[in-house]
Amino acid sequence: MVQYNFKKITVVPNGKDFVDIILSRTQRQTPTVVHKGYAISRLRQFYMRKVKYTQQNFHEKLSTIIDEFPRLDGIHPFYGDLLHVLYNKDHYKLALGQINTARNLISKIAKDYVKLLKYGDSLYRCKCLKVAALGRMCTVIKRIAPSLAYLEQIRQHMARLPSIDPNTRTILICGYPNVGKSSFINKITRADVEVQPYAFTTKSLFVGHTDYKYLRYQVIDTPGILDRPFEDRNIIEMCSITALAHLRAAVMFFLDISGSCGYSIAQQAALFHSIKSLFLNKPLIIVCNKTDLQPLEGISEEDKKLVMEMKAEAMKTVIGQGGDPASDQGVLLTMSTLTEDGVIAVKNAACERLLDQRVEVKMKSKKINDCLNRFHVAIPKPRDQKERPPCIPQAVLEAKAKQAAEKEKRRTERDLENENGGAGVYSASLKKNYILANDEWKEDVMPEIIDGHNVCDFIDPDILQRLEELEREEGLRQAEEADDDFEMDGQELTPEEKQALAEIRRKKTLLIQEHRVKKSTAESRPIVPRKFDKDRKFTTHRMGRQLSSLGLDPSLAINRAHSKSRGRKRERSPERGANSGDDMDMDVDTPNKKLRLRSSSRSRSTSRPPGEIVPGEGFKDSSQKVKAVKLAKKSAKKRNKNARRGEADRVIPTLKPKFVFREALYRKRRR
Amino acid sequence: MRIEKCWFCSSTIYPGHGIQFVRNDAKIFRFCRSKCHKNFKMKRNPRKVKWTKAYRRLHGKDMTQDSTFEFERKRNRPERYDRNLTENTLKAIKTIDKVRSRREAKHIEKRKKGKKAQVMREAVKELEQSISLVKAPSVLKEDPSLTLPKIKVKVSQAQAENQPMEE
Repeated sequence: MVQYNFKKITVVPNGKDFVDIILSRTQRQTPTVVHKGYAISRLRQFYMRKVKYTQQNFHEKLSTIIDEFPRLDGIHPFYGDLLHVLYNKDHYKLALGQINTARNLISKIAKDYVKLLKYGDSLYRCKCLKVAALGRMCTVIKRIAPSLAYLEQIRQHMARLPSIDPNTRTILICGYPNVGKSSFINKITRADVEVQPYAFTTKSLFVGHTDYKYLRYQVIDTPGILDRPFEDRNIIEMCSITALAHLRAAVMFFLDISGSCGYSIAQQAALFHSIKSLFLNKPLIIVCNKTDLQPLEGISEEDKKLVMEMKAEAMKTVIGQGGDPASDQGVLLTMSTLTEDGVIAVKNAACERLLDQRVEVKMKSKKINDCLNRFHVAIPKPRDQKERPPCIPQAVLEAKAKQAAEKEKRRTERDLENENGGAGVYSASLKKNYILANDEWKEDVMPEIIDGHNVCDFIDPDILQRLEELEREEGLRQAEEADDDFEMDGQELTPEEKQALAEIRRKKTLLIQEHRVKKSTAESRPIVPRKFDKDRKFTTHRMGRQLSSLGLDPSLAINRAHSKSRGRKRERSPERGANSGDDMDMDVDTPNKKLRLRSSSRSRSTSRPPGEIVPGEGFKDSSQKVKAVKLAKKSAKKRNKNARRGEADRVIPTLKPKFVFREALYRKRRR
Repeated sequence: MRIEKCWFCSSTIYPGHGIQFVRNDAKIFRFCRSKCHKNFKMKRNPRKVKWTKAYRRLHGKDMTQDSTFEFERKRNRPERYDRNLTENTLKAIKTIDKVRSRREAKHIEKRKKGKKAQVMREAVKELEQSISLVKAPSVLKEDPSLTLPKIKVKVSQAQAENQPMEE
């Protein structure tokens, strides 16, 4: 069963807003950055995407509008007619049709422009195409703006229509204006319809719900109907007429007996007869309201006659509807909504009549057989008068009795607690049920920690045995240690040996130190050969000392050293003359150390002294050579002192020779 | 109620002392005091921190392996209470403690006593090997004892005196 709820239709935006929404969405959801340097296909794609996206959004939104608004042909004729009455079917359809065409137009525009965009050849052109496309789409929407506004109005009104279920049990209340219809509905349901003394207070249909025999009934309050020809009726009256026409409901025609609504009974009767065609096949009840002002018996004869006529009409409806044709109880009723006299009776009568009619219809239809055939309550017929109560076996009864007894006998902990002072006073003994080898041990408090150890870690069934072993082991150990102490006297070194050891160690440290010094300075200083002997380390004295400290006799070694290093000037003794034969070239009057260097051993070579004449040079004697050397030095002295470049200083004739810088030349030439 | 061991310094943690840290892999670190806790937070390795038991054991300062350590072992199955067994255990704990502490003291004493024998051996070896630095081999042959030779001074001095005279 479709619930006719027009509240769920989405809001229809007006033209301007619509355009704004879609365009801003396009701007947000599609990429925005594009440069003219991009590949042309990328530009085209960018703009095509925008156009397509806009078209899709328009399509979506317009489709939702078209789908959500109800199609007047597809809904219950009651609603169809109601909507037609309220909004004019043609206008409605036209508006929706316009929306549809707009949708198609937009699709076409998008298609065309996408086709054009495929051949756009620059950013500017693509952009112009996109602008044109979007512009045209927006113009289309602008044109349908009035339809959109109209549909929005309709939607707002539709949302406020009462949700009437056309298929369920309904009671319809009709009659002249001001007869008391709204008061009645206020009385029997929770609806709160406005009640005012002027006519046409109720301008549209109102729904209330009431219960009868565990079923729910809809009660519909209609605006008052005037007696006019059909064509002259206004919208409000047409609402009630529609309701009357299409809803299968029980109709309660309200009659104002007192005439305080401003219309006489005659007029009301006339109205009744004019619309009685609408009451076909509906259980009809004539309700005389406002009996507190004027009781039914007190009306005039003509009025009574009219009322009886109406009743007769109503009786006709009873006949075909499963009610007793003989009784006229449910047909003409009186009540007063002000004093609430007879209101419930009226309601009950109406509900009863409707129920009967519906049941009757159901029974007559084919579906009922399916229901009836589905269940059948079988009641066996008693064959004799003997009573047969339910049978319970004896064992079960005994067991039940025993259980009950046991429950009482056992003493629980809770009972114990209560006996000994209650919850705060008595604390249960948790150790009561311990299973131990000896029951005396139950209340023992075992220490858990002793001397920084956990007792539980030591517990072992054969701990005594292991303890014994340990003690034995300990005894043995102690004996061993006593022995060890004795051995520790040890050998000692004699004082001479100690001295020797000290000496050895001293020498070793000295050697190591020397070596370290040599190693550290080896990289930065040139190694001076031994013959220059700056520190005078290599003297015979020293050698002699060292040898004698080792325990050897150094005299032989010293003599040999002396004999090897001859070259003193005063060596003219014959035994030495043979040795010094080779070096007779030297001058005798230069008794300096250098002479000794050029000794007879001549194992090392030395450079020439500056004054020595070399045969190929061209000097006549050494003084000339010395002078020449002096002159050369003098000429260079000033230049050197002034730090000027001399002949020996490096000269680069060409700073950038071609063969080196060919690469750079080529590179430059190429540019 | 259990006495735990501090993860950092291995001292005993009595109930109500210290902090327990549980890591995401559910490993529990117990500390006896904030000193150990802070050291742990600084990610220091107890094996490198001098005052911890781990360091001392690792570097041989304290006794590592001993049969007295076998007595104390965490047992996961609870034993049924037996009064006699408990009594014996309590007495045993006392003796085991005594034995253990005696052994530890011995270990430390031995350590501190020094390496006299080793030093002696080294000295003898050095003397034998490097005696040639202070005593010439020929002298050693004549006199094989490891003592220094007497320094002979007189002969070379007489020679030195002679030479300047000749000049």
